[in-house]
Amino acid sequence: MALITSISTWFIPCFILLVLIIATWKRIPSYELFVEGGKEGIKMAISILPFLVGMLVAISILRSSGALEAFINLISPLLSIIGVPPDIIPLALVRPISGTAALGMTTEIVGTHGPDSFIGRLASTMQGSTDTTLYILTVYFGAIGIRKMRYALKVGLVADLIGIIASIIIVTIVFG
Amino acid sequence: MVNVIWALMAVIGILYAMFNGTMEHVNKAIIESAGEAVTLSIGLISILVFWLGIMKVAERAGLLRVLAKMFKPIIVRLFPEIPKDHPAMGYILSNMTANLFGLGNAATPMGIKAMEQMKTLSQSDTASRSMITFLALNTSSLTIIPTTVIAIRMQYDSVSPTEIVATTIMATAISTVGAILTDRFFYYRSMRRQ
Repeated sequence: MALITSISTWFIPCFILLVLIIATWKRIPSYELFVEGGKEGIKMAISILPFLVGMLVAISILRSSGALEAFINLISPLLSIIGVPPDIIPLALVRPISGTAALGMTTEIVGTHGPDSFIGRLASTMQGSTDTTLYILTVYFGAIGIRKMRYALKVGLVADLIGIIASIIIVTIVFG
Repeated sequence: MVNVIWALMAVIGILYAMFNGTMEHVNKAIIESAGEAVTLSIGLISILVFWLGIMKVAERAGLLRVLAKMFKPIIVRLFPEIPKDHPAMGYILSNMTANLFGLGNAATPMGIKAMEQMKTLSQSDTASRSMITFLALNTSSLTIIPTTVIAIRMQYDSVSPTEIVATTIMATAISTVGAILTDRFFYYRSMRRQ
């Protein structure tokens, strides 16, 4: 574990080191290239902006109106019949839609139930094992101007569902 | 599909607020979240500028080609539409490596760059097969160290903050395999329909 963590901290600096040494060795104008590449970054961030504003506003309307919560309360009984722990349902539903909301919920669950409780471990695993599909879709397709997404959203959401089910089963087997 | 989902989220929210008396919250949320989105985009500038700069140097130095060559067998199967020595391969691998080590900040710029390269191949504003496969891999978040979660667990005095690493790796592995299979399923289905 300590090894993996230190690989993580060393990885970026070592990568930069490697790039710069090789570039200098090959007599490539590294600084000029860096600036040239960096300029693209500004353009990219600006082109993502309207996509993010649109998505985040729509999600926050749904959340702040209480509709999302009502929906979760409505389907929670159904899900708990098939063995999904009721405390985890809000997180499972929100994880693919909103990264900040999911992080907030995970923190809240870990705080109230304790990090070493079953629910705490399940929330931790769920938070770590999938990413916010809607955000990734917005940023990646927004940056390069893709309008027709075809079956991309379906694939992302089905993958999230698989991840959520897998988390529940694995945590039940390992810690249950 | 995304148009409908986007509109539905806002429409349902506003209609619900009418009957629930939460219109004030909605008003506040619209302004706040728009601001939040701008902050998020501006925050991305620093990361994007730095990493795209470094990656430009890495690309010219031939590092991306070396990386792509090393993992060729796997990546060629996952992305059959991308020519073997195309620069997109190098960016895809950089993105996956960064994700693997939990370096989300570095992964995003490389992912966008990979997408941009894939767009030069497809030359249209419709998502290509490779783009969707790449997206599927990213949403299932192939990771070894869930850094944020570990930090939260430490904050709440967990006896063992890292004990969820193993379960996370297992869950993420399953969801990644699931994502690839789902992607293949929808791809072949869309082919049959044409």
